[in-house]
Amino acid sequence: MELLGIWVAALLTLGIFSFLYKDNPVYKICESIFIGVSAGYWAIANFFDALHKKFWIGVFPTDGSDPDYFLWFGALLGVLMLMRLSSKIGWIARWPLAFIVGATAGLYMMLYFVSNAMNQVSSTMRDVIVVNSDTQLIIWGETVGSILIVIGVVSGLVYFFFSKEHKGIFGRTARVGIWFLMITFGAHFGYTVMSRMSLLIGRIDFLFRDWLHLLK
Amino acid sequence: MAQKNSKRISIVPFVIVISFFSLIIFSQSIQAQTEQEVFDSVQALIRQAEAADIPPAPVMKLQAVDNPNDKGGAIIVSWDLSVDDAEVKAYQIVRSESKDAGFELIGEAVRGNNTFVDNKVEDGKSYFYRVLSMKTTLEADNTVRAVSSLQATVEPVVSSAQWFYMTRASCLFFVLLISCAIIFYINKAKSGADIYVRKIAGIDAVDEAVGRATEMGRKIFFIPGIQDMNDVQTIAGIAILGRVGQLAAQYETWLEVPVSKSLVMVTARETLKEAYTQVGRPDAFNQNQVHYLTDDQFGYAAAIDGMVVREKPATIFYMGAFFAESLILAETGNAAGAIQIAGTAMPSQLPFFVASCDYTLLGEELFAASAYLSKEPRQLGSLKGQDFGKIIFMAAIIIGVIIETFTNYNVSQYFKVK
Repeated sequence: MELLGIWVAALLTLGIFSFLYKDNPVYKICESIFIGVSAGYWAIANFFDALHKKFWIGVFPTDGSDPDYFLWFGALLGVLMLMRLSSKIGWIARWPLAFIVGATAGLYMMLYFVSNAMNQVSSTMRDVIVVNSDTQLIIWGETVGSILIVIGVVSGLVYFFFSKEHKGIFGRTARVGIWFLMITFGAHFGYTVMSRMSLLIGRIDFLFRDWLHLLK
Repeated sequence: MAQKNSKRISIVPFVIVISFFSLIIFSQSIQAQTEQEVFDSVQALIRQAEAADIPPAPVMKLQAVDNPNDKGGAIIVSWDLSVDDAEVKAYQIVRSESKDAGFELIGEAVRGNNTFVDNKVEDGKSYFYRVLSMKTTLEADNTVRAVSSLQATVEPVVSSAQWFYMTRASCLFFVLLISCAIIFYINKAKSGADIYVRKIAGIDAVDEAVGRATEMGRKIFFIPGIQDMNDVQTIAGIAILGRVGQLAAQYETWLEVPVSKSLVMVTARETLKEAYTQVGRPDAFNQNQVHYLTDDQFGYAAAIDGMVVREKPATIFYMGAFFAESLILAETGNAAGAIQIAGTAMPSQLPFFVASCDYTLLGEELFAASAYLSKEPRQLGSLKGQDFGKIIFMAAIIIGVIIETFTNYNVSQYFKVK
């Protein structure tokens, strides 16, 4: 059975790789299997994770703990969401949707504000002249690094300032900001390409080791 | 010859005597050394035996306090390490509701740790704690024996819930400040004041991209990312979808929105329906324009790749939260010759969009796009208020860096939030 699984996985992998040449019937078959299986998998996973584990077990606990009655509110929102199946009362489905969007915005506001604003500012506020405590000499590498961080953050903020036209000194500072962003993107690009290569190597390793047994 | 023989005879006894004494001295030294070693090893065993019975010194300054800024149900027990910390195997924490009896082991902290959080307490109940510095010794019969000394709390501790997370007070201050600025600018915008928003190239290109699809008689694809409606980037993407939907309805161009989440599908349908209605073309809206593919990240990417290659859309929008599928999607769209406009706040995916799309909305530009497109006073005022927040933070950074560099004052602590 395991051997059959390896063969199916290997053939599907090759079928997906065939897209690199061009779109073809084999790729279409593999694509359809992939979408169908994954959609089915997620439907079952969501059913058991949300409806069974979270709602049913929470409302009717089997371990003697107290039932969580707040879950009925979530269930009610879920039922309201299904109202859209009716053409007459479909508008009711907008209420749970509005609740989800509004509650999410509120919940995430503090999370983003803390991580993207407060802690970012705190980390940037630094002694930019870094001195070796023993020799009292300036550590030039770290000093330049600290200065670049401060310039990068401030000029990046200037770039994302929307209420003023990017002209004059303001525009030039924004220009510095976009340079910082592009250099960062370049570094990210290289780093991510490396991680993608490792994914490709993983698949090739599977084909040559597990399927063809050409690697020991 | 005779002289030579007599000389030889006279040397031999000396050699014998010297050898004999040497042997005696050597044997005595060996004996003495052996005796010394035996003595030392016996002494070591005695010390070891004595040490095995002596428990490590107790911990110092033991205290237990209610865990601050929480929803209750937790007490923090802390102490100064035993001076014999190197010998300690673990610090055992025992708890009782009575001061003198009924103590039960509730947990252990390994050597070198001086804090333990007791998460199994009931709010309102008094608890007493003791911490034992414990070490173990291996007996001759291979059994393990533990010895310990203890330190006990004197005052009872009660856990309780707090209404406010006080370490985030600075956060509250800045949120209130920026909220006031937003309300001020919204009112200003509503009163008719001109609120300037700088040019955003990616958004300016939306009209051109929709027009191109109309001229070519091909579809427009709008990909709202792979996150659900609980992600602000998806919400921002859906807001832009409204504008794209209006243009598509006006130009009578087929707009297709494949999604990976059911809630996004519902929201996108509502948004498009409203957009088509606003431009007077409710009849042109077809709910099949928005359709679900799969929740799976790469299943979704594979499906869109297939659609792009087969249907060759003229324009593709990527607006929302994207992960590893970003380059797969954008590269396929690029190869298909579509004009592509992307917008995301995922820093790790922006490089791929910048490389393979015609226009890219970087980070916050995605959130500003909605205000830029609609020119609606509330959104414009909100954008202006956020810019006010950026000025505050820029000023704080510059002033903070100067203070940190030229004084010993740690000003960054006021912005650090856990």
